[in-house]
Amino acid sequence: MKEGERDFNKDKESLVKPVREIVVPGDLLDSGKLKPGDGTYLSNGKIYASQLGIKSIKSNFVNVIPLGGPYIPSPGDSVIGKIVDIGPSNWLVDINSPYPAPLHVTEVPWKVEFGDTARYLNIGDTILAKVLLVDETKRVQVTMKEQGLRKLQGGQIIDISHSKVPRVIGKGGSMIQMIKSYTNCRIFVGQNGRIWLDGDIENIVYAIRAIRMIEEGAQTLRLTERVKEYLESMTRSGLNGKQQ
Amino acid sequence: MEAMRLIDENGLRIDGRKVDELRPIRIEAGVLKRADGSAYVEWGKNKVIAAVYGPRECHPRHLQDPSKALVQCRYNMIAFSVMERKRPGPDRRSVEISKIIAEALEYVIFTEYFPRTSIDVYIEILQANAGTRCAGLTAASVALADAGVPMKDLVPAVAVGKVDNQVVLDLTKEEDNHGQADLPMAIIPRTGEVLLMQMDGHMTVEEFNKAIDLGYKACEKIYQLQKDALRRRYAVEEIETFEEAQHPQTAMEE
Repeated sequence: MKEGERDFNKDKESLVKPVREIVVPGDLLDSGKLKPGDGTYLSNGKIYASQLGIKSIKSNFVNVIPLGGPYIPSPGDSVIGKIVDIGPSNWLVDINSPYPAPLHVTEVPWKVEFGDTARYLNIGDTILAKVLLVDETKRVQVTMKEQGLRKLQGGQIIDISHSKVPRVIGKGGSMIQMIKSYTNCRIFVGQNGRIWLDGDIENIVYAIRAIRMIEEGAQTLRLTERVKEYLESMTRSGLNGKQQ
Repeated sequence: MEAMRLIDENGLRIDGRKVDELRPIRIEAGVLKRADGSAYVEWGKNKVIAAVYGPRECHPRHLQDPSKALVQCRYNMIAFSVMERKRPGPDRRSVEISKIIAEALEYVIFTEYFPRTSIDVYIEILQANAGTRCAGLTAASVALADAGVPMKDLVPAVAVGKVDNQVVLDLTKEEDNHGQADLPMAIIPRTGEVLLMQMDGHMTVEEFNKAIDLGYKACEKIYQLQKDALRRRYAVEEIETFEEAQHPQTAMEE
């Protein structure tokens, strides 16, 4: 409704810079000009926040970027999953969301015979997977049939809040690249808030601490610099320690 | 006839409050690390802690609803919360309160976003001094918001009542025990919808209307305290560019 009115204001609104402001459920975000986006709801033509988060306006949409909450899978997400159950033609994968995700034998890169599933992936194994589809009752399916998707061997897994994932990755992958180059670790960040790290045990510890720093200070200023300082000091002292 | 005078000739109550005055309320969000969301409320002598888990996979499976999430609540009074040791475990009263709080919260939560899951709310009364269901509901809604559960609004709750033939706000233990009526209520401040209302005792229609007015005004104040508690939890002097957060991508290793 009121389509004309919205279009009328379109050009003016899109020039407005994103606002950073903590909102709580029930806060009024906009009364008419913008469109309701994620984390919002419409009532009597006005847009209210439905989640605790940060208000942001982008291309005529008001969104609330959540500060917490569960991971809700959406198609195309790269996730790290744990095998929790085995069936004769499928595995059940825990992807750190309220919904378990089945992985069918036709969605793995190997040719698996019926009933032979445990030979390829067993309970407790971790995999890199991609969310294939999510239906309206939130029934999820994952796939491993894509390049780069595989069973994870070795390394460690840590959990962070899924809403902090974009911060850990950084603008264009800058943050994660920095951690990788300083610690010489192989790191994979899943959209579901699981991070897999592999490398030298000491370096893994530094990388984990750096990630925890990002997680705690996700909304603070100069985060990248602070993480860089930390990594610089740690890797230097770590190398010195080895030389002695 | 009156055994105890609860309001003196200056219109002040035994704890020195006026008839339309709330007890001091302190709300803190995010006090527990293990729960998905939590809140602690000190409301006069009441001490309440609320924790939220979920939305999570619903067990037992037969309770799952394919169209929406299930809101489950447990209100529990700890053995040392009252003067005489309370026998632990659910009783008639706490089962009832759990049910009405769950129903009040279910109405504000967007349950349809999380089909087949359950959202579990645990309310523990550490110390009780009348009005614990209101304090519990107030804490629970802050804990839900802290857990990132999408909801229409926060839920403030307060009790009003009749003491010494006067309508008073926010009854204490003495006023509740020796007063004439007790009316706990919870509302959605934005729309004014009533989520919870119970009454124990008798009031005339005029008194009832006056009590409701008093309750609405007090709920506005509590609502403000709830919002402040949540903002305080995440307050940082300056928030760095969140534009990155709007371009989620996954870093693949090379």
